[in-house]
Amino acid sequence: MNATVKPGFNPSRRRFLAGAGGLTFCVAIGSDGIHLLSEAQANTASRTMSAWVRIAPDGMVTILSAGAEMGQGSMTSLPLILAEEMDADWSKVAIEWAPADAAVYGYAMNNGRAMAIVGSRAVMLYFNQLRLAGAQVRKVLIANAAEKWGVAPASLRTEPGFVVDPASGQRMSYGEIAGFGAVPAELPAVDKSELKDRRQFRLIGKSVPRRDIPAKVNGTAQYAIDVRLPGMVYATARHSPVHGGAPESWNEDKAKSMRGVIGTVRLPDGVAVIADSLPHAMAARGALEVTWKEGRAEGFDSEKALAETYVQVHADPSAKRRTLDSKGDAQAAFASAAKTYKSEYRSDYGYHAQMEPLNAVARFSAAGDHVEIWEGTQAPDVSRGRIAKALGFKPGQVTLHQCYMGGGFGRRTLGDYASEAALIAREARRPVKLVWTREEDMAHGMFRPQSFQCLEAALDPDGKVTGWTHCVVGDGGVLLATGIKIPYYQVPHQHIEARGVPHGVRLKHWRAVGHVFNVFAIESFVDEMAAAQGMDPVDFRFQRMSISPRARAVFEKAVQMSDWKARRPEGRAVGISISERSGSLGAGVAEISLDRATGRIRVHKAWVAIDGGLVVQPEAARANIESGIVYGLSSVLHERVTLKGGVVEQSNFHDYHVERMADVPEEMHVAFVERDAAPSGLGEIGNPWVAAAVANAFYRLTGKRLRHMPFTPARVLEALQA
Amino acid sequence: MQVSVNGRSHEVNVEPDTPLLWVLRDVLGLTGTKYGCGISACGACTVHVNGEPVRSCSMPVAQVEGKRVTTIEGLSRDSSHPLQKAWVAEQVPQCGYCQSGQIMQAAALLAKNPKPSRGEIVRHMNGNICRCGTYNRIIASIQRASREG
Repeated sequence: MNATVKPGFNPSRRRFLAGAGGLTFCVAIGSDGIHLLSEAQANTASRTMSAWVRIAPDGMVTILSAGAEMGQGSMTSLPLILAEEMDADWSKVAIEWAPADAAVYGYAMNNGRAMAIVGSRAVMLYFNQLRLAGAQVRKVLIANAAEKWGVAPASLRTEPGFVVDPASGQRMSYGEIAGFGAVPAELPAVDKSELKDRRQFRLIGKSVPRRDIPAKVNGTAQYAIDVRLPGMVYATARHSPVHGGAPESWNEDKAKSMRGVIGTVRLPDGVAVIADSLPHAMAARGALEVTWKEGRAEGFDSEKALAETYVQVHADPSAKRRTLDSKGDAQAAFASAAKTYKSEYRSDYGYHAQMEPLNAVARFSAAGDHVEIWEGTQAPDVSRGRIAKALGFKPGQVTLHQCYMGGGFGRRTLGDYASEAALIAREARRPVKLVWTREEDMAHGMFRPQSFQCLEAALDPDGKVTGWTHCVVGDGGVLLATGIKIPYYQVPHQHIEARGVPHGVRLKHWRAVGHVFNVFAIESFVDEMAAAQGMDPVDFRFQRMSISPRARAVFEKAVQMSDWKARRPEGRAVGISISERSGSLGAGVAEISLDRATGRIRVHKAWVAIDGGLVVQPEAARANIESGIVYGLSSVLHERVTLKGGVVEQSNFHDYHVERMADVPEEMHVAFVERDAAPSGLGEIGNPWVAAAVANAFYRLTGKRLRHMPFTPARVLEALQA
Repeated sequence: MQVSVNGRSHEVNVEPDTPLLWVLRDVLGLTGTKYGCGISACGACTVHVNGEPVRSCSMPVAQVEGKRVTTIEGLSRDSSHPLQKAWVAEQVPQCGYCQSGQIMQAAALLAKNPKPSRGEIVRHMNGNICRCGTYNRIIASIQRASREG
C-alpha cells in the first residue's frame, strides 16, 4: 500500500526552493519579529533559513502559514495579511504550513519566540510582522519593474498581482517579474509609514472564503488520525486512572494472547498496546489489568473539595494567598462603606471534548536517529522539543508534520501524546499510529479547574462601588486567575487574590479558562448589586462602577442590538454581562426561558457586541464568536467533570454532555464595535460572558440566583426551591 | 468478506465483528469517516447503509454484507452534492472533524424529506455533535440545499 500522506503539507525546504525561477523571500531571525531576506543571504547565513514567500513565473504566490488550524481560520487569515501588503492576487495565493521552527517562524514573545497558537493570539501577534514582510516583497517587485521600464520606483503603483505605471498605463504581472527579476542581496527596509492606510485594504476586513473549508466537506482534509504509512501498526493506551500514577506491572501475557496484538510498551504514566489494527489494540486495552503506583490525585473527591475544603481555605486567615491585583486601600473602603455586599459562586471541572481524540503518527529512520511525527498541534515548536526530550534526541532529529486539528481549545500544546507515539514507535521498530480512545481522552484529560469564589463590594453613601475584593480558591495557578481582573470597571480600591489548593489533577488551558468562572462570578455579583439597589444592571454599571469608555461602548451596542429594555414574551427574560479576553471586549445579552418542571433552561437568543480592534476576517471572526457562544452555553448548562477516589467519573459523550443542535439559540447576533486599533484576540471572547448573562436572566425570570455552574436541571430545581 | 462501498465491491479480510468504521478507514483508506466516541454518541462516523444513516463505529462489518455502503467520499465525485455546495456557501466547517458525519446525516434526511422544517432538521440532526458549535450554520445549509437542490 502506498503512503497516503496527502500532498500540500509540510513543504520541505528543498521542495519549496527548488522551483525553477521565481522570486524567493526567506525568513530572517530578528529579535523583534519576522524579517525577510533574500535567498542569497539565506544561503550564506550561518544556519539554514527557510522560505516564507515564493513568487513563481506563472504568477502563483506561495505563502507559509504559521497559524495552526483548529477551526479558527488562522491558516487563511495570516497569509492574507501578508498578501494584503504585497498586493497579491488572492486567487493566485497558495498556502502551506510553516515548519515547526519557532526561531524562524515564531512570533516575538517574552524575549523569545513561540509558535503556540493559544489565547487567540495568532492574528494579534503576527499582524505587524506579516504586514511589514508583505510590504517588503511589494517594494522588491516595484523595484524590478521600475528598472525594466527605466522609471523611478516611486512613480509606480500596484494592483492585485500587477505593478502599474500610471503615467504610461503599462502593467506587469508579478509572474512576469518573477521570470526575470532578482531579489537584492540586501532587502529594502520598510517603514511603518509605508504600510497601506486601512482605507486601501482589499483583503483585510473584507472576508474571503476560508481555504480549509473545501477539503472539510468531502473528507479529504487531513488530520493526524488520517495519516497512513506503509507497514504502520496501531497503538492505544491506558493511563493511570488516578492522575500522576505510574504503571507497576500488567498482564502482558493476556494482552499478547489477544487477536492481532503485537506487544505492550511501558509509558511514563501508562501502558500502550500495539496491534495490527485499532480495534484489536482497543480490545486489548480493555483487557489490560494494571497495578498502579499511587498517583498524586489519590483519594481526591472533587465535590467534597468544592463544598468543604475551599470554604475552609477561604475562611482561614493564615492560608497561603497570591495577590493578583491590588490598588488603593480596599480595607479602608470597606471600613467606611455605607453598604457592603458579599456573594459566593462555584464552578466544576471542564473537559475540552475536542472531537478528534488525541492521536499522533510516528516513523523512525532506518538508522533510528531521526523521527517524523504527524500531529495536529497548537504548538508545533513545543511539540518538537518535547518529542526530542522524550527520546533523548536533539530537536534537529525530529521532523514535525503539522496536520489539521479536530479541535484544540487549549488541550493540544504539549506534545504529550506525540511523545508517546514516538516512544511506542521506537519499541515497535515500525511506524505507529497512536490513538487514544474517547474514554482515555476523558479519563486522562486535562481540565479547566474547578473553583470557589467569594466577592465583596463596598458602596459609598452615593451608592458608588468604591471597594472590591475577589478571592478565588482552587488548583491551577495562572489557570485559576485569568479574567479575574476588572480593568473595565475603575473601582478605586481593589484587592484580588487566589488561594491555591493542589490536588494532583491534570489541568490545562481551556478556551479562556479562568475567565469562564471568574467572569461568571464578577458579572453575577454586579447584577446582584444592581438588583439590590433597584437599578437596571446597565445603568448600575454606567453610574456606579466608573466603567471604561471601551466597555461602555460595547454595552451600548449590546443594549441597542438586543433592544435591552423591550418587553419579552411571557416566560422569557434577558440577562447581560461583559468579558475581556486577549485585548478584546465583549458585552452580551441572553434571552432565556425555563421549564420549571424539569429545571431545563433554554437560551433562545444571544446578542454580543465585540470590540476586537481591526477585524481581519469579519465573517470568519463572526463564526468563531458564534462558536464561542455555543461553547460557553455548553459549559454553562451541561459540562461537568467530577472525580471520586482520584478517578474521573465521566467516560464519554453519554455522561459528559455537550451542547447539541436542539440546545442552541435560534438566533445569535454578533456585531463588531469599530475602533481604530490593532487586532486583538477573537477566538475566546465569545464564551466567558455567557454564564453570568444566563444566570442574570434566570434571576429576572425567577428572582433566584444560580451560583454553581453548570446550571444542571438538578441545580436549577434546587435554586427554585431555595 | 465482500463489502460494497461507494459502488465498488471489496474483498476484506477481517473478523466479522470488526466495526465498519475501521474497515472503511484502515482497510479501504476512506478516512473521511471519523472516529469520535466509539459508542454511537457523537455521529462523527455516520455513513449510509442502503441509504439509511448509521453509526459505523458500532456496526459490525458482517451486518453490511450484501448492502450498499456510502461514505462522504462517495456522496459525490467532485463535492457537487447540494449539501456540500451549501456547506461551502455557508462556511460551515470550523475544525471540520465532525462535518463528514453531519453531511451524511443531513443527506439521508433530504433524500427522504426534500423540504424539512427547522424542527424536523433539528430532530434528525440532534445525535451529531459539533464541538465548534456550527449548528445554526448546518441548519442554514440544509435549508439552502433544500431550496437550491
